[in-house]
Amino acid sequence: MELIEAIILSVLAASTPLLLAATGELVAERSGVLNLGVEGMMIVGAACGFGGAWLTGSIIVGALCGILAGVLMSLLFAAMALGLAVNQVATGLALTIFGIGLSGLIGAGFVGERITPAPHLYVPFITNIPLIGRILFGEDGFVYLSLALIAAVWWFLYRTRAGLIVRACGDNHVSAHALGYPVLRIRMYAVMFGGACAGLAGAYLPLAYTPFFIPGMTAGRGWIALALTVFASWRPGRLVIGAYLFGAVTILQLHAQGAGIGIPSQFMSSLPYLATVIVLVLLSRARTGGSTAPAALGTVFVPDR
Amino acid sequence: MRDTTSAGQHTSATPLLQTVALTKRYGTFLANDKIDLDIRPQQIHALLGENGAGKSTLVKTIYGLVQPSEGELRWEGRSIVLSGPSQARARGIGMVFQHFSLFDNLTVAENVALGLDGKESFKEISARLERVSHSYGLPLDPKREVWQLSVGERQRIEIVRALMQDPKFLILDEPTAVLTPQEADQLFVVLERLKSEGRAILYISHKLEEVKRLCDTATILRNGKKVATCNPKAETAASLARMMVGTEIKEVKPAATREITVPRLAIIDLDLEPDDPHGVHLKGIALEIRGGEILGIAGVAGNGQDELFAALSGERLAKDPGTVVIEGIAAGHLSISRRRKLGAAFIPEERLGHGTAPRMRLSENALLTGHVAGNMVLHGFVNTAATLNAVDRTTETFDVRKAKRDPEAASLSGGNLQKFIVGREILRNPAVLVVNQPTWGVDAGAAAVIRQALLDLAAGGAAVLVTSQDLDELIEISDRIAVMFHGRLSEPLPTAEASREKLGLLMGGSSLEATEQAHAAGT
Repeated sequence: MELIEAIILSVLAASTPLLLAATGELVAERSGVLNLGVEGMMIVGAACGFGGAWLTGSIIVGALCGILAGVLMSLLFAAMALGLAVNQVATGLALTIFGIGLSGLIGAGFVGERITPAPHLYVPFITNIPLIGRILFGEDGFVYLSLALIAAVWWFLYRTRAGLIVRACGDNHVSAHALGYPVLRIRMYAVMFGGACAGLAGAYLPLAYTPFFIPGMTAGRGWIALALTVFASWRPGRLVIGAYLFGAVTILQLHAQGAGIGIPSQFMSSLPYLATVIVLVLLSRARTGGSTAPAALGTVFVPDR
Repeated sequence: MRDTTSAGQHTSATPLLQTVALTKRYGTFLANDKIDLDIRPQQIHALLGENGAGKSTLVKTIYGLVQPSEGELRWEGRSIVLSGPSQARARGIGMVFQHFSLFDNLTVAENVALGLDGKESFKEISARLERVSHSYGLPLDPKREVWQLSVGERQRIEIVRALMQDPKFLILDEPTAVLTPQEADQLFVVLERLKSEGRAILYISHKLEEVKRLCDTATILRNGKKVATCNPKAETAASLARMMVGTEIKEVKPAATREITVPRLAIIDLDLEPDDPHGVHLKGIALEIRGGEILGIAGVAGNGQDELFAALSGERLAKDPGTVVIEGIAAGHLSISRRRKLGAAFIPEERLGHGTAPRMRLSENALLTGHVAGNMVLHGFVNTAATLNAVDRTTETFDVRKAKRDPEAASLSGGNLQKFIVGREILRNPAVLVVNQPTWGVDAGAAAVIRQALLDLAAGGAAVLVTSQDLDELIEISDRIAVMFHGRLSEPLPTAEASREKLGLLMGGSSLEATEQAHAAGT
């Protein structure tokens, strides 16, 4: 019983950064921009987030620093990929490489330092209910925030006019431009939102997951978030399922190792990617028409004026 | 600034929209050079000109998509500046784009909502969409996604979207290019009604007969300049064409004597499933073309023409080799190169990317289809002299205009590149030529050259299969015409018996169409 509770709690914690980063990337990709720099934005977010919290002693300031760092990184991407119409794949990869280096530089001063991690929710009596109490009412604030955020993104994309315009830009930027929508500006906002989410997801790691910063601590989570948007076929609902599934696989792999089960850990950690490939195949086979991916995803747009 | 030229020239009140010396420069290139245009209410105004004459730039400027370099726009007599399409829409200017500005993965209602600037809720938009579409006889199902719809239905979305803004002035960019004659007739009824409601319409078209029938005024552009404004009803199609091109267009003449010989291309009961989800299933296609004969295939785009071309060219292989017979040899299983060796040549619809590799030189592009025959490849090495020679011969015979001897394919204009591709294949002297949309988007002069070349090739004994959406073109050059609809091919009709009405009915699937429309209206 206690073990199950512990596993579920750790799955939730492991899934939250994936969900946060993937939520941002989903919005960016829905607007037609493929930003492969998620890993880079996350790790810089982690370094800045920890730095902010360590210097001020405030988790909230730390989170804001992480968000700001992610946004600045994404603006760098936007300037290249949108402003100068550079290939998005190359720019995204460059951003990741740059981010890994930059985070090491920023974080060099506080490697080995510790902070008090983000507090967990405590509602008297309710949190003490066995099993579900701690799982539902005893998480840190980021867990609830990530779920609220993806719900808000769903509502935004499918229930608001602005969301419709974002989806339109991702489907056909030439048409969107012809109807008078500022495609590049809309995409820039989407990329910035993606950066903010990735920065927050990165900051989550040293602020709540492990209360210290080590270089490279995102450990490929940005790439899992990218795979996750594909796995979810760009739908917010499936993204939540996918994030918790991928989070669960990560945790199970640790427990499997701990329990001495003879499956190589490398195989287990490759499972999320394997799952993404299988989902992609299934999606393309089940497809009756239209495209699952935003049709303009990753294509450069230069308006004629 | 006062306008002295147009004052008192016309009897009716102030024009709804005026362009005054409107100029648009791209670098040193003048896309529009001091264009004056008066649009009046209750008039259908045609805008004519060849490709590159500046029509698109002009309407984009009027719709606020492009900012003029000089000159001004006047709306109801007052000078205005449009910084974007939403400002144009706010004044009452609507636009129906040639290449539809639709979003395939969004629903009809979402597409319409994106073209509206008001504060209506989505529910209100859907309701009003159904009202407007029914009142104009343009039925649409708001919940369907665009990729599921036919070309005609897609255009309806564009038109309804424009009408929902209750525009005073509507611009239509080549609206009939993709329609069957019957669908075009339905569109004309709608346009006449819009005109009687007091709206002004600017109508861009290549089809001069259509312009003569529908339009009250015509403005003709050539090389970015306005050459004339006239009453199209008082002109002939030939005189309008002359003003567009600037010189007399050579008439296309079939050879006086032509010998119809043996069957050179036969398609026998060809059945082919599509390899992508949007493709068309070819069903029971049967056809025989003899030497000396041109057979035309009419049909609305997307009814299986591309799939048939792929099956004939060998881009897709048939299961049964006997379904495609070239020069008496079963070729359904043969590769493109082996079919070329049998004497066949193929010209696809898309010039850049399918007909040529855009960033490769013309000589390299000549090699791409010419390598199987002739001396272009010697012991595995490219014979550059031979490929350049092929370019030179094509250039000379087909009057291909280009900046240097051997430029990149993408640097040629559409008409010149098409002349190059057609010439490249014809100079190989094929026994069988399969050509898809030979003059699509090509100016009138180049189109005449290409059609004449096809006639001459047939006169020389080749069998020619032409697929086109331009009925006038097919009637002009074909001996027999068949129609493709939903992957089936009709029995070919001798051209003398193939009236536009008859072909139009076949293109719409005749009886099939009625049930489909009932379905669309009912849901």
